[in-house]
Amino acid sequence: MSAPAPTVAALARGLAEGAFSSVELTRAYLERIAAAQPSLNAFITVTGESALKAAAEADAARAAGRAGRLTGVPIGHKDIFCTEGVLTTCGSKMLGNFVSPYDATIVSALRAAGTVMLGKLNMDEFAMGSSNETSHFGPVRNPWDTQMVPGGSSGGSAASVAARIVPAATATDTGGSIRQPAALCGVTGIKPTYGRCSRYGMIAFASSLDQAGLITVSAEDAALLLGPMSGFDPRDSTSVDSPVPDYTATLGDSLQGLTIGLVREFFDKGLDAACEQRIRDAIAVYEKLGAKVREVSCPNLPLSVPTYYVVAPAECSSNLARFDGVRFGHRCDSPKNLLDLYCRSRGEGFGAEVKRRIMTGTYVLSAGYYDAYYLKAQRVRQLISADFARAFKECDLLFGPTTPTPAFRIGAKCDDPITMYLNDIYTIGANLAGLPGMSIPCGFVDGLPIGLQIVGPHFSEARMLNVAHRYQQETDWHLKTPSAFA
Amino acid sequence: MSLTRADIENIARLARLELTEAEIPVYVDSLSKIFAFVGELDRAPTAGIDPMAHPMPGLAQRLRADEVTETNRRDTFQQNAPKVEAGLYLVPKVIE
Repeated sequence: MSAPAPTVAALARGLAEGAFSSVELTRAYLERIAAAQPSLNAFITVTGESALKAAAEADAARAAGRAGRLTGVPIGHKDIFCTEGVLTTCGSKMLGNFVSPYDATIVSALRAAGTVMLGKLNMDEFAMGSSNETSHFGPVRNPWDTQMVPGGSSGGSAASVAARIVPAATATDTGGSIRQPAALCGVTGIKPTYGRCSRYGMIAFASSLDQAGLITVSAEDAALLLGPMSGFDPRDSTSVDSPVPDYTATLGDSLQGLTIGLVREFFDKGLDAACEQRIRDAIAVYEKLGAKVREVSCPNLPLSVPTYYVVAPAECSSNLARFDGVRFGHRCDSPKNLLDLYCRSRGEGFGAEVKRRIMTGTYVLSAGYYDAYYLKAQRVRQLISADFARAFKECDLLFGPTTPTPAFRIGAKCDDPITMYLNDIYTIGANLAGLPGMSIPCGFVDGLPIGLQIVGPHFSEARMLNVAHRYQQETDWHLKTPSAFA
Repeated sequence: MSLTRADIENIARLARLELTEAEIPVYVDSLSKIFAFVGELDRAPTAGIDPMAHPMPGLAQRLRADEVTETNRRDTFQQNAPKVEAGLYLVPKVIE
């Protein structure tokens, strides 16, 4: 069965016009999910029964004249978001039996906006990975070629949107976990400004970097869903109290006078030549739309990956200290004493990459090393942030590739953590500086999608979505669907 | 930078992680590589630069009044606990 419509915007229109009901729509997506699960492994939990119930409620609300723009639209949630009464695993054996007692703020906000949850999407364990291979529930596969990785950590979100088995999905981005899989799967991803969307109920990895966002088919869909997800939440101490515009209102704005900065450091020797050509082609489209292009430099950006691999593991080692085998999560059998209970529960419950990052973080925070590693990295972070601030004095938005190469083969980079970490070389900078970033599909290399990255100043989501939308009106890369899932 | 088996055992102990015999050499190798890699930061010119305290410039950590805002949901929360009795979390005996 083919997907009922290509975008959330089209589905919302169909629902409003009565072309189909939410129950019909939800049933159609549940069938697509079941058919694709053996080949993609994109879901950890499918919540079919509750989805159909929510869809029936959405249809009833519409019949009663109480429908909003998103009423009855089905979506998927990354399994990092707590969902009350539903298994919430974060891709880990540690939380393999965890049924959340509460909802994440963005989950309840999107429900209040009328969306219907189809289920919980697979991901790298605790969002630590760039290929979805660290999930305790097995790797997700790329719908464009199932021998390839979908990227990570939001691999289930990206693969399921690309295969049109969900219309849109929530995701999170700590070092590129929305933008990188969006690029590798040929879909649209937005990581908003740090603090734009609440982190309450989003299982913490690195709290100064983590941000919730979306993976969608189009920028217009992202604009529709981002509004309800955004805004101040007193339950998240780093939530920023800044007004939320209607992101759909400015989608069609002209790009005349827009200045695009091409970041010199993004076009380094690591960038695949064919990928670079697709990015240059996309920039030519923007010039036709009236944008001016200039080169800018962020000289400290090449230090973003080593900076990240101090800061993120440090924060991860403290955040994951809560998994102690006492209050929730995995507990080892017949512990000899309390220390044995902690050590074996954690040793058994966490996978190899999570343990690697906890140990890296423990070391950089340990006595005698804190200044040399953690404080040093936080100083370099300041330099990187200042580079971006300087660049934004010369241009409105920064453009570059999202990833250095298209999707790679499953298993190809598992043996060397550094090679794997370098997948995020172009995306990490935005996280370190708290900036919003997007990836939009801009072509193919050898049948695999390529993403154009857009990075903006703090709280420039409306402008970024407008800039992405105008490109998507000129091109149809975002509407391409892998033939196996057409 | 090269770490030894003893370093890894010490880090694992601090992190409260039990490693298997097979895991130890894997982490000796990969953590050595990671610390060699992050060693690049040494050459960054950070003299006189303050460490970043918040990703949003000019923003400090928000504080709230010290008021009780949560209701007691102990029974619900304990449904996820591996072992409870009479509302208490059970662990092996700590004091003999």
